[in-house]
Amino acid sequence: MRNQAVFALASVLCLAAVPGISAYAKKKNAGAARQFSKQVPDDQKILQALNRLTFGPRPGDAQDVKSMGLKKWIDRQLHPESIAENPLLDEKLRTLDTLKMSGGELVRNYPTPRMVKQMVNGQVPFPTDPDRKLMLTRLVAKYEEKQAAGANVAAAPNPMGDPKALNQLLTPEQIRSLRQGSAQDKLAAFQALPKDKQDDVAAALPQGMRQGLLTIAPPELRRRLQMVNGPQQIVARDLSEGKLLRAVYSNRQLDEVLDDFWFNHFNIYLDKGADRYLVTEYERDVIRPHVLGKFKDLLVATAKSPAMLFYLDNWESVGPNAPQARGKKGGARGLNENYGRELLELHTLGVDGGYTQHDVTEAARCFTGWTILQPQRGGEFTFNKRVHDDGEKTVLGVTIPAGGGMSDGEKVLDIVAHHSATAHFISEKLAMRFVTDEPPPALVDRMAETFRKTDGDLRAVMKTMLESKEFSSEGAYRGKLKSPLEVVASAVRAVNGEIDYAFPLATQVAQLGQPLYRKQEPTGYSNSSMEWLNSGGLLARMNFAIQLADNKVPGVKVEAGKLAKPDDPIAGIALGSPEFQKR
Amino acid sequence: MPTRRFFLRNSALAMVGVGAAPLWLERALYAGDAPGARKKILVAIFQRGAADGLNVVVPHGEQAYYDLRPTIAIPRPTSDGSKKGEAAIDLDGFFGLHPSLAQLKPLFDQQHLAIVDAVGSPDPTRSHFDAQDYMESGTPGLKATQDGWMNRALPKMVGKPSPVRAVSLGPVLPRSMRGATPAVALQTIDSFQVRNAEAAKQFEQMYTASTDKMIQTAGRETFEAVAMLQAIQRQQYTPAAGADYPRGRLGASLQQIAQLIKSDVGVEMAFADIGGWDHHVNEAPLLGNLLTEYGQALTAFWKDMGDRMNDVVLVTMSEFGRTAHENGNRGTDHGHANSMFVMGGGVKGGKVYGKWPGLQKEQLYEGRDLALTTDFRDVLGELVSRHFGNPSAKNVFPGYDPKFLGLV
Repeated sequence: MRNQAVFALASVLCLAAVPGISAYAKKKNAGAARQFSKQVPDDQKILQALNRLTFGPRPGDAQDVKSMGLKKWIDRQLHPESIAENPLLDEKLRTLDTLKMSGGELVRNYPTPRMVKQMVNGQVPFPTDPDRKLMLTRLVAKYEEKQAAGANVAAAPNPMGDPKALNQLLTPEQIRSLRQGSAQDKLAAFQALPKDKQDDVAAALPQGMRQGLLTIAPPELRRRLQMVNGPQQIVARDLSEGKLLRAVYSNRQLDEVLDDFWFNHFNIYLDKGADRYLVTEYERDVIRPHVLGKFKDLLVATAKSPAMLFYLDNWESVGPNAPQARGKKGGARGLNENYGRELLELHTLGVDGGYTQHDVTEAARCFTGWTILQPQRGGEFTFNKRVHDDGEKTVLGVTIPAGGGMSDGEKVLDIVAHHSATAHFISEKLAMRFVTDEPPPALVDRMAETFRKTDGDLRAVMKTMLESKEFSSEGAYRGKLKSPLEVVASAVRAVNGEIDYAFPLATQVAQLGQPLYRKQEPTGYSNSSMEWLNSGGLLARMNFAIQLADNKVPGVKVEAGKLAKPDDPIAGIALGSPEFQKR
Repeated sequence: MPTRRFFLRNSALAMVGVGAAPLWLERALYAGDAPGARKKILVAIFQRGAADGLNVVVPHGEQAYYDLRPTIAIPRPTSDGSKKGEAAIDLDGFFGLHPSLAQLKPLFDQQHLAIVDAVGSPDPTRSHFDAQDYMESGTPGLKATQDGWMNRALPKMVGKPSPVRAVSLGPVLPRSMRGATPAVALQTIDSFQVRNAEAAKQFEQMYTASTDKMIQTAGRETFEAVAMLQAIQRQQYTPAAGADYPRGRLGASLQQIAQLIKSDVGVEMAFADIGGWDHHVNEAPLLGNLLTEYGQALTAFWKDMGDRMNDVVLVTMSEFGRTAHENGNRGTDHGHANSMFVMGGGVKGGKVYGKWPGLQKEQLYEGRDLALTTDFRDVLGELVSRHFGNPSAKNVFPGYDPKFLGLV
């Protein structure tokens, strides 16, 4: 019985002897050409596709692809709209209501304490939902109470909670069940409280006890517990939870993998000021709709997104000779090169794409005036001609005549989107993620050719790559080390884990070195295997595997736990094994 | 010529059998064979994001500095008590420290802290990523370099080197440390283990037997390092001399580096980084906060290490400096030359090294940035050769012949 189970698991995890991570195999000679042309057997082709186009195979996936036919399966993944979405995913995402909101709605519904005060003062409208309004009003009353009592309200909530308030609210017995009872006791004790008392108690609980409740509470209650302790934090949590739930449950796996790839390519750091409220719509409305569309559409969407304008400071960039070059207080304002540079270096041409400092400055001049209306309130793109530098510019050898206004920036985007260096840079980066760390130049050239011929049609570029001999070659097969997100999502998928509460899994991804939405640098996370191969990271992966298989990661239940005897971490071993770290 | 250490190690290991030496004996071996023979240690701190060197080491003697930075310049040193907190702290009549680095001033005065100014990478790139990569590989302009300067600087060892001779604090191994010689990345000393003993055994077997050469090597190095650190895990560590490490990653990293060094597990190279220096907008408060953390972390490390600092040199670097003029948003854009700090018991401190290039328009690099007069490899090369005792600085920085400044 047990052997059977282990065998089943082992076959999902494909624990066979396979070639090494290709970055290190140094396939630069004639052997390399052979490695990348020699095809793997058909069954391995299926595994290769599953490993690269999904967040890891689930039990039964390989069989399903085989029945459907690999070519048809890939074609469907390239047309995600043709795949019915998993109803389970919609159900799991249901309580994460921030994921459907605009920046402005997020600010109103999940405000910082300062914003709530502005609502009370009538400077910002309250949310329309009366329950939400009531809750926020109560929050602000409490906030003011605390402030009146001399507390430092700006400080982080005390991890020890508020024992005095707790003693007033609850009997010693109630406190004991919340502190020491079983998970069910805790939940029952809390739910037995009258509803209005629940909020006060939740606010006074020490952090550890609150976390304990969070992991067992049903979704609606969990939401309220989080709300009481800082509505503004929910936006970030929903993003991470949504990402994990989609990675694990979505039937449109390639769409999810590409969303992750392109968000990372056009990376934004969530914790930079207003971006806290702008990233949600950025990922949903700017990145996601374009991942299989035209590159230029994606590029233009990012360039005009409040999230990017804020992150790379362009919204504050002012033409030195613009009508309003002097700020309201008389201080000189001026050019900010940040976006102009990263546009060329990271988003399009690549650092070796042949641009100069002069191009950076000129591009930055073109984008002056591309700014945000009320960034702190959810913002939207606007062009402010009073800060635009309307002189003549030359970008990458193309003269942009004076007087172009907002179209200057659009011209720059057009130039870089159609630059041959961009076709090459984007193709190489895709091949790095999907094929191998050091993609054969011949493959990149063919992809770049498709890019140029199709006006940057990303679906066509993907197709060229996925149909290439290199993609299903021995040189590429299982030659990539998984990123932390890939490790966590693929482990849950491999053991058919059921996620009730995804946040602890997101915490795991962060501990493995990849805090979601929190890569501070515009480079995004590396696509190279080397990045993730180090001793601390390997140990963290092993520990995660054991915890998961042992059902010790809160919020997720896995069947593998049933397979193993106590203290016999067989499933954990498989998930923490060297082979499982690769894809 | 076999050294005494070599002899001792080999006879000791012969006595108990290789790999089975009791931990205390191994530790004693790694620690050196006699007082005074302790290994020299190099600690490198990377400030990622391009710190604004001109506001860290302030050229308050240069009027052009104030002309170029009307809103963000650090005021000239003053004796007016009420304004002292915002003004530069004078070092030598021309340069001054940012006021948030006040804690470092006594170290400078005691000549344990040296500063090198107008220093950096000669490569013209203003890309964070490329510039960091060049500085960490130690080969500006050369992308093909596979390994990092710290890894190359580790001398070949006779016998069995400590598995933790090169340690980096953080979730990934930095470019500086990658290469043929084993180097370990750890987030914290305590988390550096497999939490289930049975699983640990099985994992060790699987990883060390993996057919994937790279994973196999990484796995073997990992489990050797785990064995080495076991003894000091879960020990309550109290920094010495009341050293008060600041909250945040740099403080935590330096505290653990101090703990590792003092535990004599054989650390020779350590690395930590601190991000968030890319101040395009509203620089003054952001830089102030970051420098407070940075200054506190360095000071705490100094105090905590006590006389062990005689064996240690700590050096800081950042990929490039920032524009000499402030930009339109009370911040600065990507520039060129920067400053570096060098701290240690054997450092000839109390001095700002390097030739000052001036900030007049025609003196600026490409008309906008502080020009470079010292190559960062001159600083690192000297530390590798004269402090660390690796005679082949030329191999550490291939194609470059470091010119020593006399820092140590």
